[in-house]
Amino acid sequence: MDNSIRIKELNMVYTGLADDDGTGLGVLSNVNLKVQANEFVSILGPSGCGKSTLLKIIAGLEKDYEGEIYLGNDNPKYKRVPVCYMLQKDCLMPWRSLLSNVLLPIEIKKGDLKKAREEIQPLISEFGLAGFENYRPRQLSGGMRQRAALLRTYLMDGEIMLLDEPFGALDEITRMQMQDWLTLVWGKHRKTVLFVTHDIDEAIYLSDRVLVMSERPGTINGEINIDFERPRKREMILTSQYSEYKKSILKFLKT
Amino acid sequence: MKKSENTGQNKKHRELGLSIIPAIIMVLFVFFWQAAVDFFNVQPFILPGPITVFKAIYDERNLLLTHILVTLGEALAGLGVAIFLGIVFGLLMGYCKPVRIALYPIFVITQTIPLIILAPLFAIWFGFGFLPKVIIVVLMCFFPISITFTQDLIKSDEDMDSILKVMGASKWKSFRLARIPQALPGLFSGLKIAVTYSITGAVISEWIGAKQGLGIYMTRAMTSFKTAVLFADVFIIIVLSLVLYKLVELIEKRFVKRIDYV
Repeated sequence: MDNSIRIKELNMVYTGLADDDGTGLGVLSNVNLKVQANEFVSILGPSGCGKSTLLKIIAGLEKDYEGEIYLGNDNPKYKRVPVCYMLQKDCLMPWRSLLSNVLLPIEIKKGDLKKAREEIQPLISEFGLAGFENYRPRQLSGGMRQRAALLRTYLMDGEIMLLDEPFGALDEITRMQMQDWLTLVWGKHRKTVLFVTHDIDEAIYLSDRVLVMSERPGTINGEINIDFERPRKREMILTSQYSEYKKSILKFLKT
Repeated sequence: MKKSENTGQNKKHRELGLSIIPAIIMVLFVFFWQAAVDFFNVQPFILPGPITVFKAIYDERNLLLTHILVTLGEALAGLGVAIFLGIVFGLLMGYCKPVRIALYPIFVITQTIPLIILAPLFAIWFGFGFLPKVIIVVLMCFFPISITFTQDLIKSDEDMDSILKVMGASKWKSFRLARIPQALPGLFSGLKIAVTYSITGAVISEWIGAKQGLGIYMTRAMTSFKTAVLFADVFIIIVLSLVLYKLVELIEKRFVKRIDYV
């Protein structure tokens, strides 16, 4: 399957809000973007710029918009396209063990749970969760919970991953670990990733390409190709090239 | 990571220590009660002391037992029906908003009708037997169960709903996977309220007219000034309610802890 994302002239207006003057509140305005198959693209923007809404639209959760969206050859407005979707909140069910939380997508699909349980053993280790299968979410650290949520997201069986500030609630050190670890997993399994964040360093460190969004109504102000070779190193933050990237991102954020 | 077990244990000890306080208060209360009755030489038909009350329980034990069984039977039968109805209507109202809007006010109205009026009416319609008592217990108990259950079923977590939807879960599946487990603690708090009502409900309906049961036994004791027997009766009612309450608490501990579907 072709797992690219194509968005053409996307517009979205919220209507019926309390302070509505009749024209509605513009959320997204003329958004155009293309994500190649297996590319890692970040969307960077101020809070409230509509970047989360954009992901919701791509995930098929919001349908009240104008414009065209294609995931591969399918339009999520008319056909459910399986995607992997993850939020800042881990959304692990507190009454389930880590393992049964992770297996939730397979349970919902009515897949073979017994088989899946055996098959995901290597992934459990790869995601650093081995030995904690029977723990409840409240017994796990923030990083582990988020890794469990990411593994669950990974098992959602789509070739496109939509990650909405997945590490936003973590402390700095845990977040850096999670970033390293996401890059590692992504390098191995290669899915198309659209990653929403408001952290500039995170966007540069992770992505092939960074799209910068404006304030509401959000539109793509500019894009920067990040040409650092993979695997990325933290030290690249000290290079002049890095400063250039950061400078142009800041410039796009201001306009 | 695992929480430090040490602090967990300390907390447990502290809670255990606190739970002794009501017991101490009760013992002190009984002690002063006995002392006051002895000191002021109060007539037992006005206020019997604890010793007299316990003696009454012992003397009347055979008779009490038959009445206990009748009342307990009514309470448990009513409770069973109430739990069934409470869960069914709770689920319906939690799942389907129109049903909730249609039924909720009616449920509230059923709770505003004074039982003291209903009990004699039911006696006229259904006689003095088992059935009218069960109906009263059902009326009293199903309300807290269905309401607390519904309230926790409709608590929504937008992020959780989104994730489940993207995973391809239908509305019913989301409800089953996320809402029902989330609402079980609410269901159990409703159950706890209901069981404490159940015995009292049966007793009140027996007052109005019954052949057997703690309620009719109580009215007989009252009219013949056997105040000690009256107190004995009340004591039994308290114990029965507490036992039922504790039972629900035990089931909750077992059940809510173990919910895990995979």
